[in-house]
Amino acid sequence: MSTDPKSPAPVSVASLAGRALGMLAVLTLLTGVLYPLLVTAVAQLAFPERARGSLIALDDKVIGSRLVGQPFAEPKYFWGRPSATSPVPYNAGASAASNLGPTNDALTKAARDRVEALRAVDPENVAPVPIDLVTASGSGLDPHISPAAAAYQLRRVARARGLPEERVRELVAAHTEGRDLGVLGEPRVNVLLLNLALDRLDRGGA
Amino acid sequence: MTTNALLQIALYCALLALLVKPLGGYMARVYEGEARFAMRVLGPLERLVYRVVRVDPGEEMTWKTYALAAMAFNIAGLLFVYLLARVQGSLPLNPAGLGAVAPDVAFNTAVSFASNTNWQSYGGETTLSYLTQMIGLTVQNFVSAATGMAILIALVRGFSRKSASTLGSFWVDLTRTTLYILLPLAIVGAIFLVSQGVVQTFGPFASGALVEAVKDPAGNTVTQQVFGVGPAASQIIIKQLGTNGGGFFNVNSAHPFENPTPLSNFVEMFSLLIIPAALCYTFGKMIGDTRQGWALLAAMFVIFLPLLWLCVTQEQAGNPALAGLPIDQAASAIHSGGNMEGKEVRFGITNSALWATATTAASNGSVNAMHDSFTPLGGLVPMWLMQLGEVIFGGAGSGLYGILVFAIVAVFIAGLMVGRTPEYLGKKIEAYEMKMASLVILVPPALVLVATAIACVTDAGQRGVANPSAHGFSEILYAFSSQANNNGSAFAGLTANTPFYDTLGAICMFGARYWLIVPVLAIAGSLVKKKSVPRSSGTLSTHDPLFVVMLVGVIIVVGALTFIPALALGPIVEHLMAHGS
Repeated sequence: MSTDPKSPAPVSVASLAGRALGMLAVLTLLTGVLYPLLVTAVAQLAFPERARGSLIALDDKVIGSRLVGQPFAEPKYFWGRPSATSPVPYNAGASAASNLGPTNDALTKAARDRVEALRAVDPENVAPVPIDLVTASGSGLDPHISPAAAAYQLRRVARARGLPEERVRELVAAHTEGRDLGVLGEPRVNVLLLNLALDRLDRGGA
Repeated sequence: MTTNALLQIALYCALLALLVKPLGGYMARVYEGEARFAMRVLGPLERLVYRVVRVDPGEEMTWKTYALAAMAFNIAGLLFVYLLARVQGSLPLNPAGLGAVAPDVAFNTAVSFASNTNWQSYGGETTLSYLTQMIGLTVQNFVSAATGMAILIALVRGFSRKSASTLGSFWVDLTRTTLYILLPLAIVGAIFLVSQGVVQTFGPFASGALVEAVKDPAGNTVTQQVFGVGPAASQIIIKQLGTNGGGFFNVNSAHPFENPTPLSNFVEMFSLLIIPAALCYTFGKMIGDTRQGWALLAAMFVIFLPLLWLCVTQEQAGNPALAGLPIDQAASAIHSGGNMEGKEVRFGITNSALWATATTAASNGSVNAMHDSFTPLGGLVPMWLMQLGEVIFGGAGSGLYGILVFAIVAVFIAGLMVGRTPEYLGKKIEAYEMKMASLVILVPPALVLVATAIACVTDAGQRGVANPSAHGFSEILYAFSSQANNNGSAFAGLTANTPFYDTLGAICMFGARYWLIVPVLAIAGSLVKKKSVPRSSGTLSTHDPLFVVMLVGVIIVVGALTFIPALALGPIVEHLMAHGS
């Protein structure tokens, strides 16, 4: 274990500083230039669509990203998580959370307002509202709601669109993802993809 | 705790424990120059680095030279990030046209990334150009972690070498850590993250039409959604591996482009603990007794698991303030329930609480949920884990040198009890080592408490607070606990982007990093000169359960005595208020 190193030469501060700068320059080239360029090149070749944001196109026009939610307020759409971004909800250029503390009255008030907004468009539904529908997400861009939150809104959406509930339920089921590998994360429904599918249904598509 | 929660946690811990030995063994071979395959592939590159910088890899350093080299290198990096952020407006790779970063923010950010803290008082996508993120921050993500690991290896050599005077070469340890350990792991990890949907592009921000237009507060109709993108994956993986934690986007790994799936979440969470955990084995291997490393790892798990349990159960129990409303907070097969404010549906309660515990046990500080919105005791867990000095896993390298210092204190106390000169790993622990160890243990809490006190009694400090009452105090206490232990996570409601917080925070981060590195190297320099004391029947065994309990006791007692009064004013009183009314 014991080593027999060369005896240390006296060092001058100037030579240390020079080597520090040289080392910084070389490591910047390696980890700050070559490394990101290499990863970008591989990413753009192997996963071009994902590397650019998993954008969804319709008739050559971008209409959103599979990974980012959008604001919905009409009864005919499923609503996503409340979003705390500004100036508008789901601003994907400036992600943000509410950061309201658990005992802050503003948090309780916001939750109460959201319950009332949900009940205003669906007065017959007196079931308790799933928590994810009345609390702001961490990113302000959460694309998902829980299957419980989708089930809660199902009747309202079907009625607003004049569709049989069963048809909407099938569509929700088709857009429900289970846990990754059966274990990781939580079951979830992608709100934007579900709403786009509903609009396609209205236009007579599949 | 739900069955699935237990399953996810068990899977995480098991995989971690399983990979400690292979990765730890590989790192030991790297530092001892015996990683033959890797050195055949990357050796020419390593030698090229030495040739360009004119470093003689055989030239060893005393502890003072080692410390000077580390400081010179870190200060050069710090100045470079500062200058880069100040002039980014006139440099290329700035598609969003972002201007110069304000001096106080640039200073805070430079110290933050050089010191492996990665506290961010700014929002990434609205403040920094691609160029600044890449050649400024991504680089510091690598080299600040490599600095911590190099310092650790110097301390380990202090134990393993006998009657010597030098601790190795900082330039060699820095280069090998970067080339052989961090870069290969980062390249594989980054490409995996892109496969999950993490963005990696130099293109401009994309935009798309909203399905349903919205009105902004001024009454203008907004019909487009702009997507902040950039070369994110390459930075995100190293922010995790290097226990850095500085996100590419404002909300860090809660952002769907930074952490899109439960699988990407698992990999990011795994990356943040694997190097600190595996270094325990590296340490054992290098001192020739792997049982010593396993004992330290066991002590880490003994503290980690109960705190994890507390965090998960508190978050799962939900928010009592919402109990009076018609809201369903109970977990079921179709939703996670619990306290979902500031959390993402794909992660739910389990992964948010697991991440929060892991990221603050390690000095990582990245988040996938907003700690400010955690329940009072759920938020106490990350806060206290930082206050323990970032030694439960801790930072890459810095966590292990921190817990080794606690081990020195533990053998000292044990020595007092039985009346023997304390020794650890065959080296006598004497007054000089104890003085340096006391510095390492006392500097961060002193910075936390003094800075918190200053913020509490000044207007500039109070103005930053977002939430009223006890929670507002918690925001301040959390901010300085985080910065003065080089973590970087936040109760993010606090408006930290002011000259007051930027400056005071930068002082804390600088002090906590470099005032610890110097005494740690001083201990190494003193130990390396000593002869090895032969084991006798009276030698305290430092690898058995008794010592693990002793070590855990020392860490908890120091952490509890120092911080319980402050915690009582913040999360504890808030918990009592929430459940009392």
